[in-house]
Amino acid sequence: MGPFARDLIQWQEKAMTFSFTPDNLARARAIVAKYPEGRQASAVIPLLDLAQRQHDNWLPVAAMDYVAEFLNMPPIKVYEVAHFYSMFNKKPVGKNFIQVCTTTPCWLRGSDGIKGACKKKLGIEPGQTTPDGQFSMIEVECLGACVNAPMVQINDDYFEDLTPELMEQMIDDLKAGKKPTVGSQQGRKGSKAKVA
Amino acid sequence: MLAEKDKIFTNLYGEQPWNLVGARARGVWSNTAEIMAKGRDAIIEEVKKSGLRGRGGAGFATGMKWSFMPKESSKPHYLVVNGDESEPGTCKDRDILRYDPHRLLEGCVIAAHAIGAHAVYIYVRGEFYNEASHVQQAIDEAYAAGLLGKNAAGSGWDCDVYLHRGAGAYICGEETAMLESLEGKKGQPRNKPPFPAGAGLYACPTTVNNVETIAVVPEIMRRGGAWFAGIGREKNTGTKIFCISGHVNTPCNVEEAMGIPMRELIEKYAGGVRGGWDNLLAVIPGGSSTPLLPREICDGVLMDFDSLRAAGSGLGTAGVIVMDKSTDIIYAIARLSHFYMHESCGQCTPCREGTGWLWRMMQRMVKGQAKVEEIDLLLAVTKEIEGHTICAHGDASAWPIQGLIRHFKPVMIERIEEYWARAKAA
Repeated sequence: MGPFARDLIQWQEKAMTFSFTPDNLARARAIVAKYPEGRQASAVIPLLDLAQRQHDNWLPVAAMDYVAEFLNMPPIKVYEVAHFYSMFNKKPVGKNFIQVCTTTPCWLRGSDGIKGACKKKLGIEPGQTTPDGQFSMIEVECLGACVNAPMVQINDDYFEDLTPELMEQMIDDLKAGKKPTVGSQQGRKGSKAKVA
Repeated sequence: MLAEKDKIFTNLYGEQPWNLVGARARGVWSNTAEIMAKGRDAIIEEVKKSGLRGRGGAGFATGMKWSFMPKESSKPHYLVVNGDESEPGTCKDRDILRYDPHRLLEGCVIAAHAIGAHAVYIYVRGEFYNEASHVQQAIDEAYAAGLLGKNAAGSGWDCDVYLHRGAGAYICGEETAMLESLEGKKGQPRNKPPFPAGAGLYACPTTVNNVETIAVVPEIMRRGGAWFAGIGREKNTGTKIFCISGHVNTPCNVEEAMGIPMRELIEKYAGGVRGGWDNLLAVIPGGSSTPLLPREICDGVLMDFDSLRAAGSGLGTAGVIVMDKSTDIIYAIARLSHFYMHESCGQCTPCREGTGWLWRMMQRMVKGQAKVEEIDLLLAVTKEIEGHTICAHGDASAWPIQGLIRHFKPVMIERIEEYWARAKAA
C-alpha cells in the first residue's frame, strides 16, 4: 500500500463527514460560476482549497467525496488531484504549518541552518508534528522568493531574509501567541537590495 | 544602463500603493480604449515590431504567438496568463502580482482583444496566497471602475478576467499542463500538436503568456514598438526583470536593459559577489534549468537570449543564481536533481524514472562514492532523458548536470579520488 492510500485509511475515521458551511457554500458557488457551463470540474482545486481551509488545513476523504459530489465528478478524479498537488494535506498538520524551502537558492543562503533551528526549537524532524499539535515542519521545493532567501512559509505567509536566530525568535513568538511580521525579517522592502 | 524613464515596472518594490489609485498615478489604464481602437491586427503588428520575446523562459516571439490564433472561429478564445512562477531562482512575477497587478490586468485586456478572447484566466501558483489576494482585489476594483467586464475600459470589447490559484506543482508552469490543471485535472503536459492556439483550454483556441510578458504590453502600445526595440540588442530587445540570488552581497530583483553584461548586473545591483569577483565560482544564469557557467565565461557574457545560448546556457527566466568558491558545486546541482525528481509529473518513463536515477547518482557524486567512469554514465543517462519526453521537464532535469560535467568534471573526479583515498586509509 502506498503512503497516500495509507494516509487515506489511517486518517479518514478522524472525519467521517464533511459539508461546506453556509458561507463557504456561497463562496463555492461563486467559484464554480467563474468557469463556463459544463466545465465545473475546473473548480476542483479552488474547492479542495476551500474545504481544506474549513477543515483545520487538511483534507479528509469525506471532504474529497463532498467536493466530487458538488462538482459531479467521479471521486477518483478528485483523489487524483488531491494527491498530485503538494498543497493538499492528506493528514492533520499543526496549527502552525512551517514549510522550509531548501532548494538551491535557499540552500546557498543557509537553509540548512533554518531547518536546524526548527528542529532544535520544536524537537521534530521534517514531516513531523509536535505532540501538542501546534507545529508541523516540512521541507519543500522552491517557493519563489529566491532573492529573499532563506525563507519559510507558515500557513499562508512568507517569512524571508531569515537567520537561524531570527527563525528561533519567530518560533518563540508563535509559541507565545504573537504573530511575526510577514515578509522580510530584516526590514527590506520587497525584493529591493538592502542598503549596505 | 537602463534610463529611469524607460523603466516599465515603476513599483517593483512596492514603495507606492499597488491599488487602482496607485496604478493610475503610474499611468496604468490611462488610454486603454485608445490603444484598443487601433484594432487587433495593429496591436499584433506593434508587438511584433517591439521584438518582445516571451518572459517565461522559452523566449518565443510574442507577436508571432498571437498571430497563430485563428481569425474567425466558432469557439470562444481564451487567454491564460502563466503566474505559476516556480523555477528555482525566479521571483519576478511575484513582484508584478503583488505590487503592480493593474499593469497586468490592463495587459490582459489589450492582449485578449488582440487574440479575440473575451475571457482571461490568471493562473497563480497556490503558495502565492498574498500575491493572489492582491490580484483578486485589483480585479474587483477594475470591475467596479468599468475597466473589466462588458465594454472593458470603454473599449467596446467585453473582457472578463478571473483569478485561478494552483495548489503546488512546478509542472503546471508548462503551458499544456497549466491547461489540464485549469480544467480540473492533474497537471500532466499534453502532446503537441495540437498546439494551444488550435486546441487549448476546453479544446478552444488559447494563448498562454507569462505574467511579465503580458504586463509589458500596455507600455509597448503606449510608447511604441520601436521604443521597446531600441532597448537591448537586435532580437533581444526591451527591458527585463532580473532576479539575483545566492552568494551576492545584496540579493535583489531589478529591471534592466536586455543584454546588460552579467558582471555589471551583479556588481551594480546586487553588491557584487561575496568576497569579490575573483571569489566567483559559477553562475546559473536563467533559473535552475539553464546550465551553469564557470567564472571565465561570466567575465564577458551578456544577459540575453542569444548571448547566453552561444555560451552554452540560456536566459530562461533571468533568475541569476550566483555561487562563490565556498560552494559545493556538486551538491548545488544535486539539490536541483532532487527538485526535478520531486516535480516530475510521472507521465513519461524517461523523466519519471530518469530523474530519480539522476538524483541517486548525484548523491553518490556528492560523496565521491562512485567510479570515475560513472561520470560518463551519468552524462549518458541525461542524454537518454533529454528529448525523449512530452514536455521540457526531462530536458530541464538533464541540463544542470550536463553543465556540471562540462565545466566541473575535474572537481567530480577529485571528489571520487578523495573518497577512495579516505576509504583505503580507513
